[in-house]
Amino acid sequence: MTRYEHFAHEADIGVRGVGGTCAEAFEQAALALTAIVTDPARVSPGERIELSCEAPDAELLLADWLNAIIYEMATRHMLFGRYQVTLAGGYLRGAAWGEPVDLARHRPAVEPKGATYTGLSVRHADGVWIAQCVVDV
Amino acid sequence: MNLTGFERVSDFEWLLPATGAMRVPVIIYADAALLRAMDDKVREQASNVAMLPGIVRASHAMPDAHWGYGFPIGGVAAFDPAEGGVVSAGGVGFDISCGVRCLLTGLKTGDLAAQQEGLADALARAIPAGVGSTGSLRLSGAEMDAMLKGGARWAVERGYGSGADLERIEEDGQMSGAEPGQVSEHAKKRQRDEMGTLGSGNHYLEVQRVAEICDGKIAVAFGLAVDDVVISIHCGSRGLGHQIGTEFLKQMAVGAARHNIVLPDRELACAPIDSDTGRNYLGAMRAAINCALANRQILTQLVRDVFAEVVPRARLPLLYDVSHNTCKIEEHELEGKKRKLYVHRKGATRAFGPGHPDIPQALRAAGQPVLIGGSMGTASYILAGTERGMGLAFGSACHGAGRAMSRHEAMRRWHGRQVVDELAQRGILIRSPSWRGVAEEAPGAYKDVSAVVEVADQAGLARKVAKLTPLICIKG
Repeated sequence: MTRYEHFAHEADIGVRGVGGTCAEAFEQAALALTAIVTDPARVSPGERIELSCEAPDAELLLADWLNAIIYEMATRHMLFGRYQVTLAGGYLRGAAWGEPVDLARHRPAVEPKGATYTGLSVRHADGVWIAQCVVDV
Repeated sequence: MNLTGFERVSDFEWLLPATGAMRVPVIIYADAALLRAMDDKVREQASNVAMLPGIVRASHAMPDAHWGYGFPIGGVAAFDPAEGGVVSAGGVGFDISCGVRCLLTGLKTGDLAAQQEGLADALARAIPAGVGSTGSLRLSGAEMDAMLKGGARWAVERGYGSGADLERIEEDGQMSGAEPGQVSEHAKKRQRDEMGTLGSGNHYLEVQRVAEICDGKIAVAFGLAVDDVVISIHCGSRGLGHQIGTEFLKQMAVGAARHNIVLPDRELACAPIDSDTGRNYLGAMRAAINCALANRQILTQLVRDVFAEVVPRARLPLLYDVSHNTCKIEEHELEGKKRKLYVHRKGATRAFGPGHPDIPQALRAAGQPVLIGGSMGTASYILAGTERGMGLAFGSACHGAGRAMSRHEAMRRWHGRQVVDELAQRGILIRSPSWRGVAEEAPGAYKDVSAVVEVADQAGLARKVAKLTPLICIKG
């Protein structure tokens, strides 16, 4: 049940996380974000960083979460292969495990610029949580 | 796209009348084939833009319009502050002031024949490109602020390029009204080591051949002749612009209700021009424009340094530098009256007509150069703004081909290595740090840029001047 995938957008790319809980769906959406750049399985989870965000609703919180990861990727020159999320109201506390970008091993494809509000939704349907949006690359 | 409801104004102009919450109509410049091929999302997004407060005349879409976020890519909309007009972070996009500049070289293609491989390798070594690449500059806090105020002028003062470059850049290389104080520390940190970098995705540096001259008189004014070698650089404001876009998008989305703005799509997040949020965004966005202008100016010097080594007799003057993700204050005539408007161009190029005072003196009679980017294997174009275009979409034209398929689909269809080998057989040398990046940007993933440019020319948005084909492409 728990998985991530990409969905098509004409210019950019959509990320979608699916999980048994909303937090799991957020974790999976983050893996889909990493997968825009490289295969998450290729990223060694050696270093742990902590993240937190706050937003008035679940959808803006998802965009914030993904944007917080994009910021850490850009400023630390790191990629992350594992995520953990705890949600409480409009607050998110998260952790990401990863390593510095290794051009030869990760072969990074493209750099995410920001998570957009296009195709943005966080919903509970048919017993699963789905969290998704389009990412500008 | 479903054409129901569209009125055909001409073969190249289609009007969707205002209905429901739309304040103005939608006008799309395209022929029937391009219009039909456009995603229905273009219609939906352009209609949503037409609902924003203070929009004047129409919500326009260029011939290369495609599904964007909030605004369609290829969207142009102008807002009047006197009518409660707004400024939209979504209407400018994340890559603030992304644009193209074109350098002349004084060389003919024959002059490069023996050096094409060496030049490609030297450029690939000198130009930081791709994910995680960094420039050699590290700016202190004060220097960062000076760069955000000074733009390309700041770069020239630090030894990147010459003063003669400045008049060939929109705003003379320095966007006024920039407020570095409105740029967050996060945005500045994201830019810390990204000055003088190309980025990734559809950004590139190309050495090109002038394959065809379409308007001889304007070509002479632009300094272009068949078989000339020119250089095009396509990139933007890097991490700083992306972070400003991200932060103000949220601030405007959350604050819209406070300004009694109903957003048809949260991505259209906006604030009244005459509000603190609106003013703060404009100050930060203009700083990001300066960042993009400085970035392209630094890259220009890196290219000049490479040519000085490899082809020392080449001189690389700047033809022009245009931005295609901006919001700028411009004076336009509406119903016989001149009005100061905030013109948003999201994936659309300013294309001012002959005689406009913002065009450098040497080019003024010809019209502003409009630089249309290609996609590795396909052509790029140089157009010129027209008098007629000033009355169509506030002096705007298209910016590129636009994607025909998603990155996902492109990756399924092509492998980067295969794309590079096939292009090499056609005499086009690709240098990129990422095979997957090349596959996602395969020429076949884009629409036919020639068809888009033909329509822009026929519709009167801008006049076709020269067609360029690639010789070398450094891909981010």
